[in-house]
Amino acid sequence: MLSKRIIPCLDVRNKIVTKGVRFQNNIDLGDPVEMAVNYSNGGCDELVFYDITASAEGRPIDIEMVKEVAKAIRIPFSVGGGISGLDDMYDVLLAGAEKVSVNSLAVKNPEIIAEGARIFGSQCIVLGIDPVKTEKGNTCASGYEVTTRGFREHTGIDALEWAKKAEALGVGEIVVNSVDADGTREGYELTLTRMIATEVRVPVVASGGGGTPEHLADVFNLAYADAAIIASMIHTGDYTIASIKEHLKKAGVAIRQKW
Amino acid sequence: MIAIIDYKAGNLTSVQLALESLGQSCKITDDAKIIGDADRVIFPGDGAALSAMNSLRDLGLIDVIRNVVSDGVPFLGVCLGTQIILERSEENGGVDSIGLVPGLVKRFNPSNSMVKIPHMGWNTVSFNRAHALFSEIEDESEFYFIHSYYPAPSNSNYILGRTEYADTVFTSIIGNANLVATQFHPERSGRIGLKMLENFCDWDGSC
Repeated sequence: MLSKRIIPCLDVRNKIVTKGVRFQNNIDLGDPVEMAVNYSNGGCDELVFYDITASAEGRPIDIEMVKEVAKAIRIPFSVGGGISGLDDMYDVLLAGAEKVSVNSLAVKNPEIIAEGARIFGSQCIVLGIDPVKTEKGNTCASGYEVTTRGFREHTGIDALEWAKKAEALGVGEIVVNSVDADGTREGYELTLTRMIATEVRVPVVASGGGGTPEHLADVFNLAYADAAIIASMIHTGDYTIASIKEHLKKAGVAIRQKW
Repeated sequence: MIAIIDYKAGNLTSVQLALESLGQSCKITDDAKIIGDADRVIFPGDGAALSAMNSLRDLGLIDVIRNVVSDGVPFLGVCLGTQIILERSEENGGVDSIGLVPGLVKRFNPSNSMVKIPHMGWNTVSFNRAHALFSEIEDESEFYFIHSYYPAPSNSNYILGRTEYADTVFTSIIGNANLVATQFHPERSGRIGLKMLENFCDWDGSC
């Protein structure tokens, strides 16, 4: 049976892993390569790296870091942040990343999904969506609006419609990264994750809000996510991947048990 | 030296890095002579069957691949490399392929619309029989898959391992004489996948 994937997320700023709450007040945690090796040895199924300041600083993603990670671990990882076009995608994939994640860039230029899928294969192209619950009077039918640039810009785009459009353009996977839940450790955004997971045929990754193993069980069992991103709950040492998986196994979730 | 065949079908970096981590000397190449002289050959690939076959034809590599396999050189196909050694793929409206293994490549066609395509992530492999590739690897171990089509050899003697997805039990490892081929990515399958690559590097190509 296909296992649900547990994916630690490493937000990297100036070669240091960091973590904030609702995209703010970040604290430094450690070396990205060292943390990647530890989590990989600890049984995570995949890793994701975001170069969180590349975009704001107008520089390309840190390719040297991607190369070092690729050399150090033997499981798939994806990379995002500061991807400005096909050349950046090529560099990241050639450096050894399995997938490349686009977010703001795809909102500005949706065709980048189709072009990336055509050149590198759909399986490499991940769309990150940063949705927020809409206020009253907003026109997004799903009740969720896409934001970009780390919650700094509202787009007026309906999050569910955007996911469907990305699927039609050939995206390989969609990460639903709830801005409202990010870093709160109060649980994943179940409603929108379930909407997207049931209406698109590509794998859906839930992100933001994971604080306990129960939260992961809920997002798999109730919202049908194919994978869940975790950050604070393991970065703090409150849980290990093994302890999360042990809980999920008891909750009836299919997980990879040996690594 | 291990030749990793480069035919402009996806990213070969992770294959190279995995072999290097095992201390193996390897080269990513489209040079017929280097491939022909290699001690063993890995035929990887991601992407679509049609462009892969076109690219192999343009590079003049189809006969090179047939020759190394018939010469008894240990040969490992991975993912798309596994699919296009069968006779024909359903992908891109139907594509005639290299034909080293009798059978077809089919698309997953789940009746339940909740089943995701591609088949992406870790899934178990049941070994069909003993093989040098499986040394010190437990039956039902999990490997990393990412694909929408699957190989369906017509001769069950070619089936080394099976996996279940989308109401289908499909062949996830093919084997015949000096040829082995996995639908999953051993180079991205953690410690266990690396052990399988190591077993391939230690294998003399006999059954």
